Amino acid sequence: MGYVAVKGGSEAIAESIQRLKYERIKNGTVLDTRDIESGMRGLIDTVMSESSLYDRQVASVAIKQAEGSIEEAVFLMRAYRSTLPRKYYSNVIDTKNMFVERRISASFKDIPGGQILGTTYDYTHRLIDFDLSKENPTEVEKWLDSYRKTSELEEPADIDLCNLPRVTDMLRKEEIIAQAIEDNTPPIDVTKKNMEFPTKRSERLQVLTRGQTGAVIALGYASLRGFGDLHPTVGELRVGYVDICIANPMGDDEFYIGNIQITEVESYISSPDKNNADGNKLNLTIGYGVCYGQNESKAIAMSILDTDLETQEKKFPTQDEEFVLYHIDSVEATGFISHLKLPHYVTFKSKLDSIRRTREAREK
Amino acid sequence: MGTKYNFAFFDEGSKREIRRATLKAVAIPGYQVPFASREMPIGRGWGTGGLQLTLSLIGEKEILKVIDQGSDESVNAVNIKKLIVSTTGVQTTIDTRKATLIQSRHRIPEIPLNKEQILVLQVPIPEPLRVVEASEHKTKRLHSESDYSGAWLMLFEQIMKYDSVTHGADYPVIVKDRYVMSPSPIPRFDNPKLNNSEALILLGAGREKKIYAVPPYTKVISMAFEDYPFRVESFSGQKCHLCGAQGVYLDEIIDEKTGEAYYQCNDTSNCLMRLNGGK
Amino acid sequence: MKDFQTPILVVQKLRKQFGLGCDHCRDMKPEHLEKNYCPKCGTVYACRDVSFELYEGEILGVVGESGSGKSTMMQCLYFDQEVTAGTVSLRSYKNGKNMFAESAQQKRYIRNNMFGMVYQNPIMGLNMSFSAISNIAEKLIAAGNRNVAAMSNRGQDLLDEVNIPLFRIKEPPKNFSGGMQQRVQIAKALSNNPPILLLDEVTTGLDLSVQANVLDLIKKIQRELNISMIVVSHDLAVVRMLADRTVVMLNGNIIESGLTDQILEDPQHPYTQELVYSLL
Repeated sequence: MGYVAVKGGSEAIAESIQRLKYERIKNGTVLDTRDIESGMRGLIDTVMSESSLYDRQVASVAIKQAEGSIEEAVFLMRAYRSTLPRKYYSNVIDTKNMFVERRISASFKDIPGGQILGTTYDYTHRLIDFDLSKENPTEVEKWLDSYRKTSELEEPADIDLCNLPRVTDMLRKEEIIAQAIEDNTPPIDVTKKNMEFPTKRSERLQVLTRGQTGAVIALGYASLRGFGDLHPTVGELRVGYVDICIANPMGDDEFYIGNIQITEVESYISSPDKNNADGNKLNLTIGYGVCYGQNESKAIAMSILDTDLETQEKKFPTQDEEFVLYHIDSVEATGFISHLKLPHYVTFKSKLDSIRRTREAREK
Repeated sequence: MGTKYNFAFFDEGSKREIRRATLKAVAIPGYQVPFASREMPIGRGWGTGGLQLTLSLIGEKEILKVIDQGSDESVNAVNIKKLIVSTTGVQTTIDTRKATLIQSRHRIPEIPLNKEQILVLQVPIPEPLRVVEASEHKTKRLHSESDYSGAWLMLFEQIMKYDSVTHGADYPVIVKDRYVMSPSPIPRFDNPKLNNSEALILLGAGREKKIYAVPPYTKVISMAFEDYPFRVESFSGQKCHLCGAQGVYLDEIIDEKTGEAYYQCNDTSNCLMRLNGGK
Repeated sequence: MKDFQTPILVVQKLRKQFGLGCDHCRDMKPEHLEKNYCPKCGTVYACRDVSFELYEGEILGVVGESGSGKSTMMQCLYFDQEVTAGTVSLRSYKNGKNMFAESAQQKRYIRNNMFGMVYQNPIMGLNMSFSAISNIAEKLIAAGNRNVAAMSNRGQDLLDEVNIPLFRIKEPPKNFSGGMQQRVQIAKALSNNPPILLLDEVTTGLDLSVQANVLDLIKKIQRELNISMIVVSHDLAVVRMLADRTVVMLNGNIIESGLTDQILEDPQHPYTQELVYSLL
């Protein structure tokens, strides 16, 4: 074969990538990834949760590289994640021992251990604080100093933040919550084994917790608003740190490998008591939501969808596990939508041929 | 935090896992084998299934060809090729005859493939019954029970309505008298090339997490009723305005000035070879 | 030669329960149940060991109030529901092998070749958005037919037989009236010349004149094709018009059976008596 003229493809791509870099740095400012890490907590938490990779440092680089596009940053993280060898599964984490930073219950005014408001946007007035555009390091230093001093003066609370009693345990004693049989079958790893329908709860919870924040919230909202059968109450929402340990393969003990921040939600939904034939006795079932970082709306929506998918009915799309689980993954959804930008002229030609043929057949 | 990637991107454990699924696919022609599809550095829906197959199979001595819509130089083909080369350093070619491993989207090359070659096709929607049945749980069952009446009925309804089957590309085939299979969105023109192919044909759907295969010398028939035979796209009387080829798949191009359609080989490397006097 | 002696279909101890049952109700004795329901564990015994036979060319009527288990029984016979226990055998299928024990694939074969089913609700039996003719073809395709001309001719003949005008056969059934939809269902059920036709409340919900029309059609088919039928209805009038023999179901049990005339003239069971007198 003789000389082959290179057509536009390679050059166009190279040029486009240059252009992308230019857009990111054209103003001459270099965004420090440490700034992202310390100042973009919400963004980092969302990205870590959707990519199911807990690494604030890598997430901040991904966010920088993606110029703040969440779908792009999640994509980078997931692709990176799939190159990492996964050698261990952690031991079971008992969130009872979570170091709690924030914890609220919508079900009871007084809960053992008390409500802990912690860090939340909930009671801020959503007014843009224009002063933030002029915020300077000296001012920040000063504020921090005084904040720390006042915090130190406060009496340490008389509660063990690593062993707060659960609202659920309280109700369980009263037998208001359906007694669940402890199920210790090892969870199925959805990143290693393809989902099979009907799915196990462990599969559903994994897909939900990895779900795109907007998609999970939208479906949870749809269920709550009417396209679902539930009227949940947030029994307990906790944000805090849990320890991760792995078993020592040589002995009975375990190794501590670090801690992660999570949001955990238990929602209560009333349902007919399965052990009561008349169906005139109700009890509560628990919907569970958990995700990396502080992602409260997502965790609550997850707890709703968890319950929706536990019901065997398929009255609403939110109860159809294929509908929910197949469509909330960020990388899958954005990937398939964006692939429509690829050329389709071979298939389109084939379609044209079929249309032309039906016309000929009609004219005959 | 500098990170180096493995040869062919994956760790060896992942490659083995994908190859195991591939072996199963070869053993059950046309059956969609679920596999733990990885997130790839290119978009889901942009060829990640094909790419995972290619990366799990590729060795240092491989000669690689990547095509998209018949062209070696389309942006997506170039992009995939770039990724594979940057993680493996293998040699690439646009010459179909020289390639040992060919990854393709939407086409099977015009030159018949031989038994030394492997063709990897990228698949967006591997389930041929998805148009009839939305639920994966149910389609899985239909396959296991060999219940394809729904697919046949759809063809029948098209004939009743339009006097002809209206499927375009991705026209379903029956593999080895057992499984109905989506051949990926290749034109109907390429369907006959699947039948009794000398080369191993592997199909990968990354987003849908399925691998399936047409092993060499396997019977592959396009679904058609006895009295409404399967028909490929018609290019009657048309030929490539560059190389003069007939009996190949042609792109229809509209002349900007005259507004008239003219035709050009879709398989660009085949066209070039003919122009350069290759056999 | 017709065999009038051996039944074409034999159903023995067909049981369908919803729920696992408990020590209290497992014997299914009436004193342990409220109607067909166990008050202890909530199990419903929809069909309690139902047995009967069907002979060639015969129409067997099944009457009973709603909840008596008659529709569940039909759905079990057509494999729409899985039975809890019991057997069903067809003279012409594998020397009377129990069909409930067959594989899903075999059951589909039996459904497509041995039975025709007409549901009370046409949505159950028809694809409402495909053309009427494709609906007929569906069963032919399922039975292995791959010839468009042959199937479309057969479809036309059948639709003509049930009085669907030729110019409407490519319309989807959702455009049709209730009576027409039932006639399309009947045509579909007949497509593979099954030896047995199952009719579940086919005239319920139709206007009286339309009802008469559909019943006439069923009569005509029975005369011309000599097909055996099981006709389920809560309406004694329907059974009186169609059925040679009748069984009466209550709470999942067959409480009385015999020639239709005999049952109507001289009902034995108090429930049947009530039913018959309310008709008069």
